Amino acid sequence: MKKILTVVTASVVVLGLSVTTSVQAKPEEDLAKFQEYFQKKFPKTPLADFQNGVYSIDAPSREQWEEMEEFPPYELALDDGKMLWGEKFANGKSYADCLGADVKAIRVKYPYYDEKNDTVVTLEGDLNKCRVDNGEKPLKWKKGKMAALSAYVAYEGRGNKIDVKIPNEKAQAWYDKGKNFFYAKRGQLNLACADCHVYSAGQNIRADKLSPGIGHTTHFPVYRSKWGSLGTLHRRYGGCNKQVRAKDFKAQSDEYKALEYFQAYMSNGLELNGPGARK
Amino acid sequence: MRNYMKVAITTVSTLTLAGVLGLTANIASAEEKKEMTLAEKGQALAFDRKKGNCLACHMIPGGDMAGTIAPPLIAMKARFKKEALRAQIAEPRTKNPNSMMPPFEAHGVLSGEEIDAVVEYVHGL
Repeated sequence: MKKILTVVTASVVVLGLSVTTSVQAKPEEDLAKFQEYFQKKFPKTPLADFQNGVYSIDAPSREQWEEMEEFPPYELALDDGKMLWGEKFANGKSYADCLGADVKAIRVKYPYYDEKNDTVVTLEGDLNKCRVDNGEKPLKWKKGKMAALSAYVAYEGRGNKIDVKIPNEKAQAWYDKGKNFFYAKRGQLNLACADCHVYSAGQNIRADKLSPGIGHTTHFPVYRSKWGSLGTLHRRYGGCNKQVRAKDFKAQSDEYKALEYFQAYMSNGLELNGPGARK
Repeated sequence: MRNYMKVAITTVSTLTLAGVLGLTANIASAEEKKEMTLAEKGQALAFDRKKGNCLACHMIPGGDMAGTIAPPLIAMKARFKKEALRAQIAEPRTKNPNSMMPPFEAHGVLSGEEIDAVVEYVHGL
């Protein structure tokens, strides 16, 4: 009897423990599950290839895309971005003074958790902070000069592997905020990011194939044919939210910064390959 | 004066004639609309991107470039009762709280009348 009781108590304790750990899923466990899910769903796609978004799972459109990349539509914006990066502010300083002289090492630092200000810092956020700190007006967030600068820094930083860190509990709170955003239903159409880009990834929505949620952040900013211009990740987030008939948040809002933090973390280990070209 | 009178009369009769013609045209188009059956109205709503947009996810006979997210809408009459279809379109979360299907009535994507028309159409597939 005693033995049975001990066994029962022990199993209750074990059960209790496993429940506790599964409620507070650790980011590294989420990451392993997320990547495993997509590898099972698309067994023909090597993990590293998810950097190519929908083209990693759709051979016919990949061919068209590869042709487009031979004369990439973002090329002019890259030239603009390079020029802007080299310009001096009125006080003689430049972006390199804020973000670092080695432009190839910049893109991979973002997004990161800033402990002092308890916030997530994005590349675009630091570019504008640099301007304001040096007495210049901030740029608009979603396109134009900001997107061109972001594209240039992304281009120079190609090949580095995403390595987003979640250093402490407060940082994890930001990660959790982004994760909740990703899985929460929203808008009149009641759709979560995950509905389309996890559960239905690879399916057609009308004639368009839904991209896998892994690798979404590697190739931004993107030149989108639909826009006819370059746009940042947060510009795309706004468009997605409007498509499900939800109110979009502002670019660089806490909501989108948290979402970027979560999504970039879910792409850890993939190579950066921005800027990209999309339909 | 007489001339003025004549012009005035002609103008008035022309206007009246135009008015009558316009009215007839209005009645005619209203009658055309009335002639659309409930199921036809339902199909128009089902195919309209800004309304039912069923083709975004469901294959439907006669619809182009249908999505593949949800089951094809075929042999519906044999498989579902009308009431069950209506309930699913109006509030899919009753059967599956996590359903990807928009809650068409609960979220006001379609009105009750519009849903009746869509149900009539889909049930006939």
